[in-house]
Amino acid sequence: MLAAVGAASVDDLFSEIPEAVRRREPLALPAGLAEPEVLARLRRLAAADTPASALVSFLGAGVYDHHVPSMVDAVVSRSEFATAYTPYQPERSQGVLQATFEFQTAICELTGMAVSNASMYDAGTALAEASLLAGGQTRRGGIVLSAGVHPEYRQVLATETAGQGPRPELVELKQGAATDLEALAAAAGPDTAAVVVQQPNFFGALEDLGAAAAIAHAAGALFVVVADPLSLGLLEAPGVAGADIVVGEAQLLGNAMSFGGPGLGYMAVTRKLMRRIPGRLVGETVDLEGRRGFVLTLQTREQHIRRERATSNICSNHALNALAAVVYLSWLGKDGLPELGLHCARKAAYLRQRLLALPGVAAFTEGPVFREFAVRLPLPAIDLVEALVPAGFLAGVDAGRFAGRFGDGDALDDILLVAVTEQRTRAEMDDFVAAVRRHLAAEVTDG
Amino acid sequence: MVELDRRTIFEKSCCGRRAFSLPALGVPEAPLDDLVPAALRRAAPARLPEVSEVDLVRHFTGLSALNFGVDTGSYPLGSCTMKYNPKVNEVAARLEGFAGLHPYQPEALAQGALELMFELGQWLAEIAGLSRTTVQPAAGAHGELTGLLVIRAYHEARGRAPRKVIIPDTAHGTNPASVVIAGCTPVAVPSDPRGGVDLEALRGLLDDDVAALMLTNPNTLGVFDENIVEVARLVHEAGGLLYYDGANANAVLGVSRPGDMGFDVVHFNLHKTFSTPHGGGGPGAGPIVVSEALAPYLPAPLVERTEDGRYFFDHDRPQSIGKVRTFYGNFGVLVRAYTYIVSLGGEGLRRVSEMAVLNANYVLAGVRDLFELPYERRCMHEFVVSATPLKEHGVRALDVAKRLLDYGVHPPTTYFPQIVDEALMIEPTETESREDLDRVIAALRAIVGEAASDPQLLHDAPVSMPVRRLDEAEAARHPVLRQRFPEDAEGCA
Repeated sequence: MLAAVGAASVDDLFSEIPEAVRRREPLALPAGLAEPEVLARLRRLAAADTPASALVSFLGAGVYDHHVPSMVDAVVSRSEFATAYTPYQPERSQGVLQATFEFQTAICELTGMAVSNASMYDAGTALAEASLLAGGQTRRGGIVLSAGVHPEYRQVLATETAGQGPRPELVELKQGAATDLEALAAAAGPDTAAVVVQQPNFFGALEDLGAAAAIAHAAGALFVVVADPLSLGLLEAPGVAGADIVVGEAQLLGNAMSFGGPGLGYMAVTRKLMRRIPGRLVGETVDLEGRRGFVLTLQTREQHIRRERATSNICSNHALNALAAVVYLSWLGKDGLPELGLHCARKAAYLRQRLLALPGVAAFTEGPVFREFAVRLPLPAIDLVEALVPAGFLAGVDAGRFAGRFGDGDALDDILLVAVTEQRTRAEMDDFVAAVRRHLAAEVTDG
Repeated sequence: MVELDRRTIFEKSCCGRRAFSLPALGVPEAPLDDLVPAALRRAAPARLPEVSEVDLVRHFTGLSALNFGVDTGSYPLGSCTMKYNPKVNEVAARLEGFAGLHPYQPEALAQGALELMFELGQWLAEIAGLSRTTVQPAAGAHGELTGLLVIRAYHEARGRAPRKVIIPDTAHGTNPASVVIAGCTPVAVPSDPRGGVDLEALRGLLDDDVAALMLTNPNTLGVFDENIVEVARLVHEAGGLLYYDGANANAVLGVSRPGDMGFDVVHFNLHKTFSTPHGGGGPGAGPIVVSEALAPYLPAPLVERTEDGRYFFDHDRPQSIGKVRTFYGNFGVLVRAYTYIVSLGGEGLRRVSEMAVLNANYVLAGVRDLFELPYERRCMHEFVVSATPLKEHGVRALDVAKRLLDYGVHPPTTYFPQIVDEALMIEPTETESREDLDRVIAALRAIVGEAASDPQLLHDAPVSMPVRRLDEAEAARHPVLRQRFPEDAEGCA
């Protein structure tokens, strides 16, 4: 082959690289390994972890251990999907294009919106993009954010949009953990591009979307909802409640927790905002012979065509995770989605009631919840979380880890966020409550 | 021929059919009204399909058969590095100790994952020739934005606020788009007659307001910028920093390090260079590696190791730009890239680049007489030719691309970079055998022959795909972006 290319040696192939920047010594990396050695090394690392999936876990806060049906992995493992690039050649990419069209349809159905894109990286970046979209649409610079929006999503929003300067303003929660709508109304004004709430919110409280939408629209701002897609089997579609943009995290639709990534961001908008939505869009069309087919469309929004005038810089998205999501949603089906929601809500209600019956445990989230809620403990939540690990429980997310991110005077060290999926059994919940009771009793005695 | 069934999964829905099953409830069946008040509940159900598991598996298996991946055949898509994705990577990413991790579980229970992220960061830093890595960015473009925000923070910490970012006219579209989102202004620098940055033009653009220069090297023409040391010197002298778009890093692993070339920030596309599958458009990962001077501004948290060998997330980074995504990055993708590096080692990675460059030169040698070569130079891991000689037959680069589909080869990137008329950008990658490369060459030679003898054949192509050419103009004029339901679709009789 060297002769065919007219090179004297492999080294000769790189003759155009100036000697000053040629590397002659080997990279300081380990030597290569054969597959059995590779697997042994990876298994050793994996065995050094105790994954949440191997424990009785009540962790949530954006990532949930809902069951992933076996058939989902069978589909996404098909290498015609997994090893393809972005479908720039539609004639040979009808599989991923049609699946994406179906994903877009499912997201529109869940959210009650007209247009969904092909996916975003995660909820945080999707929220950042929503804010930029709102700023562009309204030509305003302020973002009014409920403190009930996941603190990490808010942090990503602040970081990613820092260059363009939207100014996020935080609206605190009222007693019971829902957004203070009076404060929301006071914060929204003539410079507000978007009003953002999360449903259910970070602490599990259910927000009054209709009232929040009215506040946003009265100020001339767009209404942005961060919605848990699985909750939408039971809860009103944000689009029906007046949302202009709906974003969120869809890892829980058929994707492994995988330490929080790759998850799946989604974004859906009204028809009016269609030409401003970032990312890929798949549209239906016909071929030369009038047969149905699907293509990437409205690409003049995108960076590879429009460069610096694009609506976003996003290129690679989370297509394979979106495929998992549409397979999962089809597996649930029209009846399964609300049935799963009701199942989780019943289990969460049961555990919440039992925890609140323990001495010293008080409600933080009040009112109805979906599958997650927060309680106030008589001790730092991190202590309980760590104390219960040896017994095989992950008690929940310690809200203290987000200290300072909920507004003035947030003292959340004693707040525990508890999520209950369909994977938890009554016996596990009863054992968990007993373990919490024992720990609290021991602490009181020691104290 | 029997028509392909192109119904969507929604159109295959059949009332009352289901794949779903729930575990036992085991707790009291609280009435729905007691759990979620009617005012908050949805009025109409989401019209998800009603199908059995068999329906579903057949539907999506059918769709997969309409797709083409690296496992299907040669995929010489320029700038995308469509190399084979080793299956052992998939096994590793699915190990329960990785896939079953929750991001908020205690760090003590995730020491293996943290060690993996820590080591991967160190290895990428060694490959880049720089010091610190963040694995947070989810894709190449996301790495660009992160790197630009880090560069801004660096300047601001020195009391400066330069806003110009210089980008060659050959750059990927994500570069200027990322610059705008970072709140900076892209300024184009033209290419010189050898395809590199035009040094005179660059000098004319350098002033106090230059924050950075973004460069892909080798660039999108597949040629190495021989003046890189001088380019770096000039930009640094003006107070700017250098950003390396690692989309083409597959050409230089262990052969030449961006840090040694003078770059301050590098992103790698793990889904290109480090063999993680593209997934039909993602997920990827776009970690960035920076110099010591830029390390304080990296997103938080970073993985650190204590003296006694314990790994932890360091959130205490007061000068950090913040967080560019939730949690820690596309961990599952990181596991695959880690597995790849463990498999190949340092020597193996260098061999990757050597074979990638050899393969590209081999294909170039096999087709150069067919097309116009905009730059008479040795190519690196990819090359760009112009299909303008075919214009006399009324044939365009697009026609060549579509006809390649009929030959079982995925088409190259077309009409990019924009400075080459009728561009075909070909990147075979190192994982193709000589026989594979010969097939690509033979297909291109046959097609150019057809262009002269029967150009209509090319205009009509593809003819062997599930669909013929699709009406993209109509799709954009009247966008249909979701399934429409007949009015009565909700009721089950």
